[in-house]
Parts: sequence; C-alpha cells; structure tokens
Amino acid sequence: MSATPHSDYRAQLETLWEHDALKIVAVIGAIYLIYAAIGLVLGYSLDGIINTLRRMTYLIAVYGMVTLALNLHWGYTGLFNIGIAGFMAIGLYATMMLAKPADPSGAAQYSGLGLPVPIAIVGGVVIAGLAGLVVALPALRLRADYFAITTIAFAEIVRLGVTSGALQEFTVLGAELGTGGGRGLIRNYGDPMNAIFELGAFSSFVDLTNSLFGFGPTQARALAYSIVLVLVLAGFYWLIQRTSRSPFGRVLKAIREDEEAAQSLGKNTNRFKIKVFVLGCALMGLAGILWRFRRTGVTPTAFRPHVTFYIWIALIIGGAGSNTGSVLGSGLFVAILFEGPQYLRRVIDQVVAVDDAPNTFAGAVGPLLSADPAPLVRYTFDEFLTLQFVIMGVALILLMQRRPEGLLGHREETAAAIPLGSRPSGAGTGGSGGGGSRGGGNSSGGNSNDTGDDPGTGVDHNRTHGHSNSASTDAPDHDHDIEPRTTTDATSETSETSETNETTHTGGEKP
Amino acid sequence: MSTVDDAVTRGRNLTVEQLLLLAVGTGALLLVGDLILGVFDGTYNISRIGRYVMQGVLYGLIIGLAGIGLSMTYSILNFANFAHGDTITVGAFIGWGGTYLIGGWGAASIGHLALVGPQRGIGGPQFGISVMSTPIAIFGGLLLAGVGTALLAVLIDRLAYKPMRGSDGIPLLITSIGVAFALRYLIVFVYSSQSRGTTASVPSADLLLVDGYVSIDAHDGTLIAAAAALMIGVHLLLQRTKLGKAMRAMSDNKDLALVTGIPTERVIRWTWMIGGGLAGSAGYLMVLWTGTIDWQFGWLLLLLIFAAVILGGIGSIYGAIFGGLVIGVTMHMSMIWLPGGDFTTITAFLMMILVLLIRPSGLFGGKTTA
Repeated sequence: MSATPHSDYRAQLETLWEHDALKIVAVIGAIYLIYAAIGLVLGYSLDGIINTLRRMTYLIAVYGMVTLALNLHWGYTGLFNIGIAGFMAIGLYATMMLAKPADPSGAAQYSGLGLPVPIAIVGGVVIAGLAGLVVALPALRLRADYFAITTIAFAEIVRLGVTSGALQEFTVLGAELGTGGGRGLIRNYGDPMNAIFELGAFSSFVDLTNSLFGFGPTQARALAYSIVLVLVLAGFYWLIQRTSRSPFGRVLKAIREDEEAAQSLGKNTNRFKIKVFVLGCALMGLAGILWRFRRTGVTPTAFRPHVTFYIWIALIIGGAGSNTGSVLGSGLFVAILFEGPQYLRRVIDQVVAVDDAPNTFAGAVGPLLSADPAPLVRYTFDEFLTLQFVIMGVALILLMQRRPEGLLGHREETAAAIPLGSRPSGAGTGGSGGGGSRGGGNSSGGNSNDTGDDPGTGVDHNRTHGHSNSASTDAPDHDHDIEPRTTTDATSETSETSETNETTHTGGEKP
Repeated sequence: MSTVDDAVTRGRNLTVEQLLLLAVGTGALLLVGDLILGVFDGTYNISRIGRYVMQGVLYGLIIGLAGIGLSMTYSILNFANFAHGDTITVGAFIGWGGTYLIGGWGAASIGHLALVGPQRGIGGPQFGISVMSTPIAIFGGLLLAGVGTALLAVLIDRLAYKPMRGSDGIPLLITSIGVAFALRYLIVFVYSSQSRGTTASVPSADLLLVDGYVSIDAHDGTLIAAAAALMIGVHLLLQRTKLGKAMRAMSDNKDLALVTGIPTERVIRWTWMIGGGLAGSAGYLMVLWTGTIDWQFGWLLLLLIFAAVILGGIGSIYGAIFGGLVIGVTMHMSMIWLPGGDFTTITAFLMMILVLLIRPSGLFGGKTTA
C-alpha cells in the first residue's frame, strides 16, 4: 500500500513490460540502436547504416514468420518438424513455376504456367500446405524422433528432387514445367511489388527516403519491401496468436502436454494435428515465397538444412510456445548470430588494418611454437564466416543445456478460471531463477484473454485447467500432491504417449 | 475411450497399414518381375546388375559399420544423434592425416601432411598412397581414425551431452544438431573446405559375369576385409564380454541396470568410444574407397545411416549391418529403372519413410543390442 515513488515507477515499468508488442519493439529497437551507434561512431554514411538496418529488418521479418509457423508446430502442438527448408522450397518453387510465362522466349529458360503473380502466390501456399498434408497423413502417428527424421528426409528429397537433372524440365497434363535442376530458376516475370511501386504515392516515398537517408530508388524499393514484410509478420503474429488462444489452440496445447488426456476428452487429436501441421507448412511456404520472391532467381542451395537449423535456434532463443518469443528470438538470432559476426568483422577490418592471413590452419598454428599468436589471430579473423556456424552450433548446445525453455517459453501457460499467479504462496517461493514469478505473470495474462475470448466453452476450460496443472511443473507454487504425478508426466511425456500410440496402431506389438 | 471405439480405430489403422504394405509389396513384386523378365529378354545386362550389387554392398558395408555406433547410442542413450555423420568426417580427416604423415613423410611440411594436404597438387596421388604401396600408412591411418574418433566422441559426450543426462530424447536430439554444426564448421576451419583426392590408383581384377565384367580393386578388398573384421570384433565384444552384457542390460532397462550395480556412466563412455571408433573407421574406409575427401560427406551419409538403422531396428547391430546392405544395394539397384544416379538417395529416403510407416520397429524388431 505504502509504495514509494521508486517502486511505483518500477511496477509501472513491469506492467508495461507485460505488453508483448512493447517487448518486441524495445528489444529490436535496442538492437537497431546498437548497430546504428556503432555505425555512427565509425563514421559510416547514413544510407549505409539505414541499409544495414533495412537488411536486418528483412531477415528478422522472414525468419520471424517461419519461426512463428514452427512455433505453431513445435511450441503449441509438439510436432517436431525439422524439414522446414523443404516446405519453404516447395512454396517458392511452386509459385515460380506457376508464375513463369508459358512461352519461353530467347534465354528465358524453362516455361511455366504464366498465371498472374497473386494467384501464383496463393497456389504456392496451397501446394506447400498440400505437401504438409502428404507428410502428415501417414507420419503423424510416429514417435517425435521418427517424425523428425521423416520430415528432414522429406526436405532432403525435395532439395535433391529440384536439384536433379531429371526434373529440370517435365510435362504435366500437357503443360511444360521445370525446376531448372542445379542451376535453378530465373525470375522472368514482373516484380510482384510493382503494384505498389507504380502507385503515385510511392514516388513521394522515394523522395522522402532520398531526402532523409540519401537513398536511391532501388534502395527505397527494398525498404518498402521490408516494410511490407514487417506488416506480413504482424499478420502472421496475429493469426497464430488468434489460433493459439482459440479453443482450437487450447486443444493443441493439450495434445502437446498429454495427447491421451486430450483423446480421453473426446478430441480427435489426429485431425487436430493434421490441420495444424498443414497450416504451419502453408505458412512456411508463404515465408519461403516472400523470402526470395523478388530476387533474380532461385537455386536449390538456398534450401539446404541450414535454414531449418537457423529457425530452430531462433525458436529456442525465444522460447517454444511463445509467439512474442518467436519474433524476439528471430530478432536476436539475426542480430547476434547471423549478422553480428559479419558486422563485427567489417568493423574490425575498418578499425585495425589486418594483415594477410596464412592460407592454411597449419600456417596459422605453426608460429605458435615460437610464441607468435598473430598468424592464428589473423587466420581466425579471415575464417570468421566459418566460425560463425561454429558459434551458432555452440550457442544451440548452450541454450539446450542452460536454458531450454528460452527467454519467454510459455510452457506453463494456464487457462484456469481463477488467476493462479496471485496466490500468496506463490509470491514468496518464486526465487529460483525468476522462472516462477514470470510464469505467474504470464498465466494471469493468458487467463484474462482466455476468458475474454470465449466465455461459453466450459468444457474446454475444465480440460485445459486440468492440463494446466500438469503443465506447470516448473512453477514451485504447487501443492505437494500434484507434484509427483506431474514430474513423471514431464519425464515420460514423449515416450509414453508415443509408445501407447504405437501399440494402438500396430496392434499391440510392444508391451 | 471405449473399447469399441478403440477396436474401430485400431481396425481402421490396420487397414491403412495393410493397404500400404500391399501397395509396397505389389510394387516390389512388379520390380522383381520386371527385373527377371528383363534379364531373360536381354534388356538388363547381368554384369551391369552385378556391378550395381557390388557397389551397393561396398557402400552398404560403410553405412552398416557407421550405423552400429548410431544404433548403440540410440538404444542406450535414447536419442537420435544427428552429430554422428560429422563424427564420421572428423574420423576420416584424423585418420588420413596420419596416413599422409606416414606415407608422405618428407614430401611436404608436417602441417600440410597432418591437414590432409589442404593445398592442391600435393596429396595422396602424388605420394603414391594406396594399400598396395603403403600398407603400413593405410593401416596406421585406420587405427588412428578409430582411436582418435573414439576419444573425440567421449570428449563431445563430456562437453555436450553429459550435462543433460537424464533429459529425454528430444532436447538431446536438438543439442546433437548443434554439435553437428559446430563440428562440421570446425572441420572447415581446420582442414579447409577444399575437396581433394587421397589415393593413387590401384590394380583391379575383372571378374567375368555371364555377359560382362565386374571389376574389383585392392581398395574394395580392403574395405570388405576391414569392415568384416570390425563387425566381427564388435560382435565378439558385445556377446562375450561383461561390457557387452552391461550394454544390453542398459538398453533394455536403464533403471534396472543401475539398481543391479552396473556402472552406467562407464558403460555410456564405452558406448561412445565403440560407436565413435566405428564411425571414424567407417569414414576412413569411405575415403579409401572413393579416393576423395571433403568436409561434408559424413553429413550427407547421415540420413542414409538413419535409414539403415531404422530399417534394421534400432538397438540391433546386426540390424544396422543388414539395413546398411539393403540400403546400399537398393540405392544402386534403383539405377536400373532410374538412370543417372540422381534418384539413388531419394530412393533410400523413401524406403526409410516407408519402413517407418509400415514397421517402425524395424525388420529385426529392435530392442536388443547384439
């Protein structure tokens, strides 16, 4: 009651921090400020700095979209998809094949169906979703690790398929199509963004960026595209947030926590899983399209398993199960792990003149014998882009060891009718790493939304209430009688459900 | 869920499964029929088929050898190790560094030799490295590959997986993806991304097979001999020693093993050593066989190894060997119908997915190590 102005201020800040949009804006704004400040200190030109930030925005938006889609799979439903690159590839390739003009003239390469671009995009998204259906229909009854292997095998099949010479050019129902094989496809249709660029208002946007940052028209167009992508990202966020808060989304969470419990409440979990997998794959396809749609072409190497790996790091940084975390995670991933090392390298290159590096590792290590570390340092610097991947790998290992729930993992999200977080016993014991208190805050936030969204579905509430107890093992403020049960739940979650699944489906082979 | 519903669901799933099995069976029968007819009416050359089978068996031996380790860690530690492929690559580089040092001593600087000749033009073909001319270098390299990779596997376990012991398979799997990336790009950092030739050519023998020849060279023979010896060694180790028994006990029931006084940590360490050693040897033999080495061949092998292990049933080393041979032969046989070699890997992946769908426990039923 007798709050000092200081703690008042702090409490206000904390309530502000509860707003997800603010969290995203604050963190990404801070990243941009740091990048801009470094650029200013080093005397980079303004358009260069803005262009760096523009590129980062583009990457954050695209990776953010895919991470959100993955969050729908893994964070909400527990579908372990590591074939992301494959679905992105299908979306993009399908769109390009649909949009390329039907009669190739001159060096225009392979022909397509010549559909209008917006229809081609819709087609690409639908085809990516259908690919998801093809994978999901048989594979969803598999254990999580088998499912993972199946999805990555599928992604590799897609990549090898579009690389192979045999599909370079083929005919379907009289229409000639082609994947272009290893050389890929060239974009020989109009830039889909032209609809915006040709608007009268756009020329004033070009003038504005020109007077503000000294941008040319090409840079202005790229900037506009990044802005469009940010809007699409917001759309993704809204859609997935809506999905996860709907009754549908609560069934997904129930499946993640305990599929059998969800089944016992009369939910056809397989149907839910198929639907959500198809939706996520379609969204991945759309992100894949937006990722490289405006480039001059596409080659299969863009869809190596690296992409999948990036998205997983972003998701784990942010925390599986949190949409805000997904966007934040992709922001931090792009800023620190993806662009950061390269930016740092450029900065160092400018500040200190780095001599030529030795050609091989032996040439770098050899001088160490005579206590001369300089060649090794120079070699390391020269190979920074390689080390970047090592850093990513190590980052993933450390994250999994130290903080598998990520920054904002909402795994203890509850949907109870009463705010569990405000119980008096919870206030004192939330000390272990701050996890408890944060979880409490989230849960009460989730509550109000849940009740606000649909007050009528009492059954759903009961169910999710039941599962919410088992879900929040991490929070220390639970009754003793619940804990033992929930611990076993948590540890044997995957194996148990999967094994029983297997027995159900294969006619009881395993005990 | 009521029992009636249960029965209905089970029935429905069974029909789907049986339909799938029927489709796969029919497809396989059609292919075999086509093969037999084709052989009789001369469409398919018998010696060509023989060459495919030969190549497939050799490839399958490598996959099977590498698969043993993957299968062991999968069943004992309960997770799919995605870093296994890159362990194979590291093993190959370590071993070939040793081979270069022994076989090319004096021909180039020590650093150049230990790094498997990162600069063009000074490498195995120039030193004349082959099993005929420098058998000691080859044998030493193979040994070094096995031992070095075994130690590396233990080190990785200590750094990456040990802090997470007891967590379930999925977090470990994600960690192993991180390990895979870190390892792969450390290889590039140390050994460079240059792909290079490693061996001089060796004499080969042409075996007559009805209408043509199937050639086999000394390196093929070395591969067969070394792989067979290693497989028999693992078989004896797992069947005859206490360690093998402890491993089988652990893969059956870890808690029970702990209660009966089996030092589980020590068994886990041995599992990594054996699995890593075999992976390194497989990588070394792969390079000996193909004559080239590059930084990502192990990663590209990984999914094929998974395919073999799943086909044979996780936990069974005979299953892994058998699965490897089936995958290898199928891949090469697929070239009869899908020429060009673009679809060999795709065929193997599709086969793995089909096995997962029809019989997820694998052909050998899984469960028992050895």
